[in-house]
Amino acid sequence: MSDEKFLSFEDPIKELAQKLSALRTASVDSPALNTEIQSLEKENKALTKKIYSKLDTWQIVQVARHPNRPHTSDYIKRIFDDFDELHGDRQFGDDASIIGGIGLLENMPVMVIGHEKGRDTDEKLKRNFGMTNPEGYRKAKRLMLLAEQFSLPVITFVDTAGAYPGIEGEERCQSEAIARNLATMSELKTPILVVVSGEGGSGGALAISVGDHLSMLEYAIYSVASPEACASIIWREADKAPEAAKAMKVSSKDLKKINIIDEIITEPLGGAHRDYDLMAENIKSSLIKNLSILNKLSLDDLLDRRYKRILEIGS
Amino acid sequence: MNWLRRLIPSIGTFKSKSKVPDGLWVSCKKCESVLYVPELEKSLYVCPKCGYHMRIGARKRLDIFLDNSSYEEIAPNLTTKDPLRFKDSKYYTSRVKEAVAATGEKEALIVVKGMLKGVSIVVAAFEFRFLGGSMGSVVGEKFVQGINTAIKEKVPFICFATSGGARMQESMISLMQMAKTSAAIQKLKKEKLPYISVLIDPIYGGVSASIAMLGDINIAEPNALSGFTGRRVIEQTVRIELPDNFQKSEYLLSNGAIDMIIHRKNLRSKISSILNKIYKS
Ligand SMILES: [Zn+2]
Repeated sequence: MSDEKFLSFEDPIKELAQKLSALRTASVDSPALNTEIQSLEKENKALTKKIYSKLDTWQIVQVARHPNRPHTSDYIKRIFDDFDELHGDRQFGDDASIIGGIGLLENMPVMVIGHEKGRDTDEKLKRNFGMTNPEGYRKAKRLMLLAEQFSLPVITFVDTAGAYPGIEGEERCQSEAIARNLATMSELKTPILVVVSGEGGSGGALAISVGDHLSMLEYAIYSVASPEACASIIWREADKAPEAAKAMKVSSKDLKKINIIDEIITEPLGGAHRDYDLMAENIKSSLIKNLSILNKLSLDDLLDRRYKRILEIGS
Repeated sequence: MNWLRRLIPSIGTFKSKSKVPDGLWVSCKKCESVLYVPELEKSLYVCPKCGYHMRIGARKRLDIFLDNSSYEEIAPNLTTKDPLRFKDSKYYTSRVKEAVAATGEKEALIVVKGMLKGVSIVVAAFEFRFLGGSMGSVVGEKFVQGINTAIKEKVPFICFATSGGARMQESMISLMQMAKTSAAIQKLKKEKLPYISVLIDPIYGGVSASIAMLGDINIAEPNALSGFTGRRVIEQTVRIELPDNFQKSEYLLSNGAIDMIIHRKNLRSKISSILNKIYKS
């Protein structure tokens, strides 16, 4: 990838990657060159492994927000066949910060719903950087109820900095939209699988993440507020965000330890952004495995189990 | 001053710039009238001059609302286990200790069984002075136990919500309390038992986006501020100066978020008359 972006703690890999790309595009063709490429590749891999094996929480936050990190639409393309996007909340509009629709997971029809941050500038604006307004949550709710009607399992991808903090959202009752989704998902009569794929920010993330199986990608984050917001509220200094991230336990490893999530889905070496296909494959096999387990439960058992799981947290 | 502090929990919210005389006098935050405390007590801490609803504590709220000011508390002794061992400039546990000392409460939510004009009800009231009325694991758990009691005894559930939102120091466990309380409210609905949510100034974030907005009937006191995101954050994001009435009760009513605005002195009679129409004991 020529437009590969490197995070500050990746400096050693950056240099190697630049050397590698120079050698690969070199016009000389000699066995010595190939040997050099192979050895640099090996070194690159080892170094990446070394750096990524001991990321601190703040570094993980940066990977979760990496500009090249795959988004919901990247996963939809790779995981689901024959995807039909469905639009609109039937009340106000269509919020592009949430994508939803019906697709096939290995021939099984499912409802897919996820935040979409957008890639280039135009798309980011269109998608409001993945920050949702009430109509987005209401679209998600409509699609969930549709899934219930047609007995489709629901699969959600969570990747948002948070609900959009705007005037219009408040006018249209952002709080009610989020609350209603929580209530609806708690008793939706179909399995719900949640994948926190990037940033799980606050109530805006929770609004599509109540379910029967909650997984997180290895370097995804999930928290009650962004580390920056937490730092400015509690520490009263926004630059304490790294400390806040650590204290809030935002990483998949920490959240698995306190039983907030069920599963960590392994990322490719150096993060999901280095291999979209492999990342999608790992997510897909997790979804297939866990859906087959949930599908064995009767509807009553599924809903009892979901309610108990929700009520257990913090009891 | 100590006795006065006990009498008027909201004293800290009075404007510091105004010359508040010590003792029996306080000044209204809105119209700055100097008010006689025993008189204010009688007017339920609503300014007799301008109608401004001052903040009152959860105990006071329950005393005012319930028959004979009497009630039986549900899960009164639950305290946080500090699940994340959270520390910022201070330990979370010491912040909780300070809140306990300042309020005399063990947590930010009090849940009780009592009577409203002869009808048994379960009431939850947030204590805003306890860490901003923030919702952590204990608040969520007490709320759910209150709902369970209402279901068991087949009685209505009423919540007076005032809160800054989820409690940062319990991070994801706090966030999940939004799902937990919302799920429990759905169970109450299934039993066809009424849930009346009363919005008290101020009510924001995670508590607004769960408990407060899920009432079968949503009521607000006059001049209560409520929303998902606070005014300051929105102003920083959109860089527009917001209108004065932004997120106030009247604004909520015209945008369709609440059913009615009810003066503090009429809450008892109004909620009782609503229950008489939608609930048969
Ligand atoms: Zn006044």
